[in-house]
Amino acid sequence: MLYINCPHCGMRSQNEFSYGGDASVKRPELNKEVSDQEWDNFVYNRKSLRGKHLELWQHISGCRQWIKVERDTATHEIFRTFKADEEVA
Amino acid sequence: MTQAFRIENGGLINRDKKLSFKFNGKTYLGYEGDTLASALLANGVHLVGRSFKYHRPRGFFGAGVDEPYAVVQLYRNGETEPNIKATEQELFEGLEAKSVNCWPSVNFDIGAINNFLKIFLPAGFYYKTFMWPKSFWYRIYEPFIRKAAGLGVASTKHDKERYEHKYEYCDLLIAGSGPSGLASAYAAAKNGAKVILAEDKPRFGGSLLTSDVNIGNQSGKDWADGIIAELKTMPNVVVKNRSQIFGYYDHNMLVMSEKVSDHLPSTKKYHPNKRLWYIRAKEVLISSGSIERPIVFGNNDTPGVMLSSAAKEYLKVYGVLVGRKPLIFTNNDSGYETAIEFKKHGVDPFLLDSRKKPESEIIDEAKNLGINIKNSYVVVAAQGYKKVKSADIANISEDKKQLGKIENIQCDCICVSGFWTPTIHLASQSGNKTKFKEEIDAFVPGQSKQNEITLGAANGVFSLEETLKTSFKAGSELSKKITENDNEIAIPNVVEKKSSQHDKFWCVPLPKGKNYKRFLDFQNDVSVSDIEIALREGYRSIEHVKRYTTLGMATDQGKTSNLNGLQLVSEIENKVVPAVGHTTFRPPYTPVSIGAIVGREVGKHSKPSRKSPMHSWHEKNNAVFVDAGVWLRPRYYKRGNENLFEGSKREAKNVRKNVGVCDVTTLGKIDIKGPDAAELLNRVYTNAWLKLPVGKARYGVMLREDGIVMDDGTTTRISENHYHMTTTTAQAANVLSHLEYYLQLVWPELNVNVVSTTEQWAGAAIAGPKSRDLLQKLFPNSDVSNDGLPFMGYMEGDLFGVKARIFRISFSGELAYEVNVESDYGNFMWEKIMEIGEEFNIQPYGTEALSTLRIEMGHVAGSELDGRTIPFDNALEGLVSKKKDFIGKRSLQRSAFIAEDRQRIVGVVPLDKQTSIPEGSHLVKDDKAQLPNPKLGHISASCWSVEYDNPFSLAILKDGKNMIGQKLFAMSPLKNKVIPVEIVSSHYVDPKGERVRS
Ligand SMILES: [Zn+2]
Repeated sequence: MLYINCPHCGMRSQNEFSYGGDASVKRPELNKEVSDQEWDNFVYNRKSLRGKHLELWQHISGCRQWIKVERDTATHEIFRTFKADEEVA
Repeated sequence: MTQAFRIENGGLINRDKKLSFKFNGKTYLGYEGDTLASALLANGVHLVGRSFKYHRPRGFFGAGVDEPYAVVQLYRNGETEPNIKATEQELFEGLEAKSVNCWPSVNFDIGAINNFLKIFLPAGFYYKTFMWPKSFWYRIYEPFIRKAAGLGVASTKHDKERYEHKYEYCDLLIAGSGPSGLASAYAAAKNGAKVILAEDKPRFGGSLLTSDVNIGNQSGKDWADGIIAELKTMPNVVVKNRSQIFGYYDHNMLVMSEKVSDHLPSTKKYHPNKRLWYIRAKEVLISSGSIERPIVFGNNDTPGVMLSSAAKEYLKVYGVLVGRKPLIFTNNDSGYETAIEFKKHGVDPFLLDSRKKPESEIIDEAKNLGINIKNSYVVVAAQGYKKVKSADIANISEDKKQLGKIENIQCDCICVSGFWTPTIHLASQSGNKTKFKEEIDAFVPGQSKQNEITLGAANGVFSLEETLKTSFKAGSELSKKITENDNEIAIPNVVEKKSSQHDKFWCVPLPKGKNYKRFLDFQNDVSVSDIEIALREGYRSIEHVKRYTTLGMATDQGKTSNLNGLQLVSEIENKVVPAVGHTTFRPPYTPVSIGAIVGREVGKHSKPSRKSPMHSWHEKNNAVFVDAGVWLRPRYYKRGNENLFEGSKREAKNVRKNVGVCDVTTLGKIDIKGPDAAELLNRVYTNAWLKLPVGKARYGVMLREDGIVMDDGTTTRISENHYHMTTTTAQAANVLSHLEYYLQLVWPELNVNVVSTTEQWAGAAIAGPKSRDLLQKLFPNSDVSNDGLPFMGYMEGDLFGVKARIFRISFSGELAYEVNVESDYGNFMWEKIMEIGEEFNIQPYGTEALSTLRIEMGHVAGSELDGRTIPFDNALEGLVSKKKDFIGKRSLQRSAFIAEDRQRIVGVVPLDKQTSIPEGSHLVKDDKAQLPNPKLGHISASCWSVEYDNPFSLAILKDGKNMIGQKLFAMSPLKNKVIPVEIVSSHYVDPKGERVRS
């Protein structure tokens, strides 16, 4: 079970969180003309990386904040975690 | 029966407490502190089971967790548990056990015929033979294998025992209480670290219980006892025996199974049988020791052949002689230690050493005691069927290829030692890439991946002095990092005998003309020839050899077989062992009871039960409950002998005729506040929300980004910047997360807060033509007339002193209202409604009537919003705004979603107006068509229309818009039904929606 550092609450076990997928996905702006390809990329197409991956988790059984977690999908190592509005350098 | 093989004195058992137990129906005596294995051996019982494949007689091979054979069916306090290792099961008064793998009995076993039909079961046999013909598998092979070759039998009864889960955090978790575990625990504890020390056996001390050493002028055991006693007094230390750490998971999470009650005749009141510990440790110290390695020779599975360390443990810990004429076969000094113990207890052992001329202190001691030793000698084969009677032995050439003349010597047991295998399972599970250590011919942990360190024998360090030194240091340094204390510990002086180099020799060649079975994996019956076959047939990867031969795949996970298997492959393939590599170690290290893993989440505790504040009223009024997600909801209120169909029909009819009340507390409720609340709703819902006036409710549909309907419900504008959203019961949690996702990540600029208020409000739906009359009496000071509170209107009211929210919304399609009060007043509200409603013939109605009412009105619910439908499919396209953007809108342009013949909701009536259509039935054009019959749609929900008194269903049907009036068939192969039907409008009752506005 992963041990995730919630930037709001501290170290918490994985079973307090729910997974939210790739954090690098950006929703196209509202009311903007979007091509089929662009929309498909947003809704469906994901890379399924092996290695370092920036992903979303929600601390559902805690502060309910969505956070970003930089994790290695192969080794499960967690490098850093960020608040939702924090810039990932 | 006397304990003929128990020595007069000695051992750590309690001779004052005799225990009676039964094995295979026969009664024996043992002592408190025995294991089932030691007690049986004390009584001279060596035959305990039959092997998995050939059904050869099997005895005891080890004395603990490594035991491959002695697996029994245990009976305790009216319960039975399969596959218990007799070497781990502590004896208690009244214990009963039976052999497994024997049919019909351990002494006469039909499966043993396999042994004589060896050709029948070589490596890969299962893959090859049982492939054809297919029909034979079910009728012949599988039942035969199950009956003749299974292990124990699981109980079919409900398990009365209780199992608990516990979460724990510590600085240092130490696995194993041998010398390295004790030393590191002690040093860390002295530095004030929070320490958990776990030992799988009942007794602490590990190898110190059986080794002949001195630590700080005490025997090893006395030193261990002293350390444990001190650790137990320290508040920062948890010391646990009978506790096996069996899994090492991500981020230093380890799982331990504590046997709380298995050593007792029955579990004490309020105690669990087992406790599963989830431990998150900052540092993990693995001090799991090592397991003796066998040497492979002919018939080496005969009962009476066992590890030399096990023989020593039975003698020193349990005071039991495993034989009176022991033959010891060794390639290192450990065999001598066992020989010396035998000699000390008046038994003359005979020792064969494969080495030519070894020299060490231990060997000198053995020689001085007059032990008969033969060098360059090996056991070629054990003789005897159900018990060792003699051994064929021979001189062996220096290159270990040639055997001299075979001699036969009498013996009643063969104690074998092929040096030691470090127990690296936990380290390997942690992700540590193990490395091969040439000096000990075994794998040891390599580079740590997690915060783990392996100490002592588990790390391939067999010197006690070095083990203690490194372990004190490790415990001290790791704890210092955490607590910043640095208390010096004096390392005690150690007296131990130095040993000499082991022989790199593990497999005795076959003598000419003999074809003895030489076993590598004793539990799965994998022999040397099986490995040879696998390699001959082209299997190269050790992982493939393992699967093809099943080497190391039994419940002992190859604890005694892996290295010998690798050694053999390396010799045949002419590769060094590290190049062959070992197979992956996976949790659990030892078998774990399913009960322990499940814990207390069984029966009604398998999920939470949520109940509304009116639950006890429902109970008192004969509600029959149904699970709605985690909620318990009344399905109908039973009157007399009514069944579900009759009861729900009565309730639904009463709503259409008079007035009914339904508990709608379970609906998800979300409070939405902030100046941008309307903007959020406008983006989340498909319809327009910017102009909803205060005091008005609106129905809305929300989509996922892929255009699929996620949920529906009404949201009410309570005040300028305050909205009250309702969701379906099932989607409440998902909708909240959905809103939070957009507010936190996508549109953080929106100034809105959302919070779940599902539990804050109790809700009652009052529905039916008389509902307004009732409402007026409930709120005499409010104007609830059609003008005062029009359809989709909202007002606050005073319910006899309790503040209430009144919504004029309807799911039943009747004139209806929903009244919410704070949860604590829920029951008060409900009772008032029932009391005042009496004059209007009010009846409570459950979910079944609720469904009937909504289905015949064509209102969609979860069975239509099933994660596969878009607004059009549910006839909700009128709610999809063309002007504004919203979540999922772009997806609605997908070609499949705008196809001419897109599926759509319809009503379905059976032509006979009698036969109810099973939900899930497929709609087809031709009931006689060849299979697979093309499916046009499916029945999503069915009811008995109380309006028309005939069955009515909703369906999602291809090209549904143009299918009204068509005749189709509803087919349910599961229920074996074919029903001719007519497609009608989904709005079966009151299609213009006049009642809700009346
Ligand atoms: Zn948090």
